[in-house]
Amino acid sequence: MPQDPSTSERFKPPETRRDFLGIAAAWSAICAFAMALIGALRLPMPSVFPESDSRVKLGPPSSYPPGSSTYLPAHRLWIFRDERGFGFHALSAVCTHLGCVAGRDESGGFFCPCHGSRFDEDGNVLGGPAPRGLIWVELGLSPEGELVADTLREVPAGTVFVV
Amino acid sequence: MADTKLTRRTDDATAPGRARPQERNGGNGALAEFLRNLKTTPREFRDSVIRHGRPSSDRARSQTVFTNFFMHILPVRMHVHSIKAATTLGLGVMTFVLFVILCFTGVLLMVYYKPSVDQAYDSMLDISNVVPTGRWMRNVHRWAAHGMVACVILHMARAFYTAAYKRPRQFNWVVGMILFVLTLGLSFTGYLLPWDQLAFWAVTIGANIAQSPREITDAIGITAWFDVGGAQKELLLGAHYVGQEALIRFYVLHVMVLPLLTCIFIGIHFWRIRKDGGLARPSWADAEEAAPATSGAPAPLKSYGLMALMKDRTPAVNLDPRNTVTTWPNAMYIIGAVSMVTVFVMVLLGALIDAPLKEQANPAVPENPAKAPWYFLGLQELVSYSAFMGGVGIPLIVVLGLALVPYLDREREEPGVWFGGRRGRRVALVSAIFAAVVVIGMLWFTVTFGWFRNWEATARIPQIVITFINPGTIYVALFAAWSIAVVRRTGSTRMGAVALFTCFLIGFVILTYFATVHRGPNWDFYWSQADWPAH
Repeated sequence: MPQDPSTSERFKPPETRRDFLGIAAAWSAICAFAMALIGALRLPMPSVFPESDSRVKLGPPSSYPPGSSTYLPAHRLWIFRDERGFGFHALSAVCTHLGCVAGRDESGGFFCPCHGSRFDEDGNVLGGPAPRGLIWVELGLSPEGELVADTLREVPAGTVFVV
Repeated sequence: MADTKLTRRTDDATAPGRARPQERNGGNGALAEFLRNLKTTPREFRDSVIRHGRPSSDRARSQTVFTNFFMHILPVRMHVHSIKAATTLGLGVMTFVLFVILCFTGVLLMVYYKPSVDQAYDSMLDISNVVPTGRWMRNVHRWAAHGMVACVILHMARAFYTAAYKRPRQFNWVVGMILFVLTLGLSFTGYLLPWDQLAFWAVTIGANIAQSPREITDAIGITAWFDVGGAQKELLLGAHYVGQEALIRFYVLHVMVLPLLTCIFIGIHFWRIRKDGGLARPSWADAEEAAPATSGAPAPLKSYGLMALMKDRTPAVNLDPRNTVTTWPNAMYIIGAVSMVTVFVMVLLGALIDAPLKEQANPAVPENPAKAPWYFLGLQELVSYSAFMGGVGIPLIVVLGLALVPYLDREREEPGVWFGGRRGRRVALVSAIFAAVVVIGMLWFTVTFGWFRNWEATARIPQIVITFINPGTIYVALFAAWSIAVVRRTGSTRMGAVALFTCFLIGFVILTYFATVHRGPNWDFYWSQADWPAH
């Protein structure tokens, strides 16, 4: 509707300000609710995990003969000791594709039954859909001299723990 | 306060049509009235619940629907086209009835089920072997869950092929997609609860699919700061492995959060059907001359039709609403029949076929093959090439693509006609053949020749290529190209949409069949389960 410019100039600003305040109030309320919702939904994100003490004792190093490889089903870990008897390393048997437990075949490599991922004996990917090699798990010694693995800590592939 | 009460009582006593106490001196009259009231209470009670007479006139039939809480979601009159079997095949009603069956049997199962890793499997054994009708109820719950997924997919196909997603029904199509995702979520969360080997390993795989965006963040090298995949898995499981935390989360989602959301969206879905003008129907369904008003009974005192001023043609005067019939009893017969058949089939299936229960979950030994429920097996086939694209990327593309269909195809077309006529049927048929050739061809190729890591030249190809170039990616690309070609050839976006939807549907069916029948231990190819090696 055409209006006298002077009147519109005179009467429009208060209206716009009211609109502005209304819109600002509405959006403030929406933002407040959204932030409250995000804050409340922080709850299901765990800060402590049930397996937070992920270190497991694996017995004295001497229980693993040189050149051996031992599977510990409870921890889904393979413990390797090299031929000279100095170095240990541990591989997680959990497949890096979708979390099934990989088995070991005759050649020493690993094979996942779920989607056919294959790894060599150092955990490198040979075939199948696995996006990366098997995880090398951190090893250490407990004060009592037992071998300890931290199942949630990864070390670069090829890292050997020398006792 | 006391005054008003007193006044009202006097009013009541003198109100016309009320039996007035004959004598003021004694209580005999009041006592007689009390006895009379006692005698007529059943009828009075019935009349207070159902406030109209027998549905013998159109007016009473309208009131039957309109004044009933459970039926008032329905219109008082329905178009004859809407209650034809070929319009909907009853799939929406079937889906809803299956949801009701699932709620009912689910609550019964909750009476005995214990969501704890120590007790869940034992309570499943109790339900199967000790609880009266427990096994039957669990079977019905299982088959109804499968049936609901199947009906949701078929209902979606029906709505798509009859162009029922078109304006003004675009948003209800999106609500339908949300319900589709919620249905899959309900099935997935329910899958863990028996705590058997199948449950444990299928959910382990599912949770690691949620973690698979890590393939991307690993490739860019930002996982240490921005690990969306890991966060998703932690949110889902509350831990790094499937355990007690995961079980209680899945239980809460399965029995509370998702059913509640589903109820809300079912409500929106039904309400929108009414608001969008009922079921989609072609214009010629209205073309025939409407019958003159024949009903001898007086018109309703209240006009139920005129709820608002709408932009449309003026209503025909002194004619029955065009080609409509009263919902009671015409549509109610059909809804009742579909409901009864659905319940009957589920009860029969539950009595005849037991829901599977494997041995108790054992985190040390994976089930081999660990197969997800049938509707996820197509995705599991894609996941066996690369987890991210098969499990996250492609499902996301398909669901978003389907949700956007009504906004990308806005052609005006006669709704409520299967495939929109002969041309649409041809496009759908040719697209189905195209999709079948593509999917079967690719499956033959990967079974015979393997994928990147099986070939000399590409054995050391970067992981990011393997992640993204999934056979599923190639399907999606080919289907999209095919759909664009159909749009160019026919000059119609609707035909392109028909082509794309048909391709997805056929791809889903073939992949599901292939993974169900032809995948065995180690996800190797077998012609049938009889060829599986013994282990």
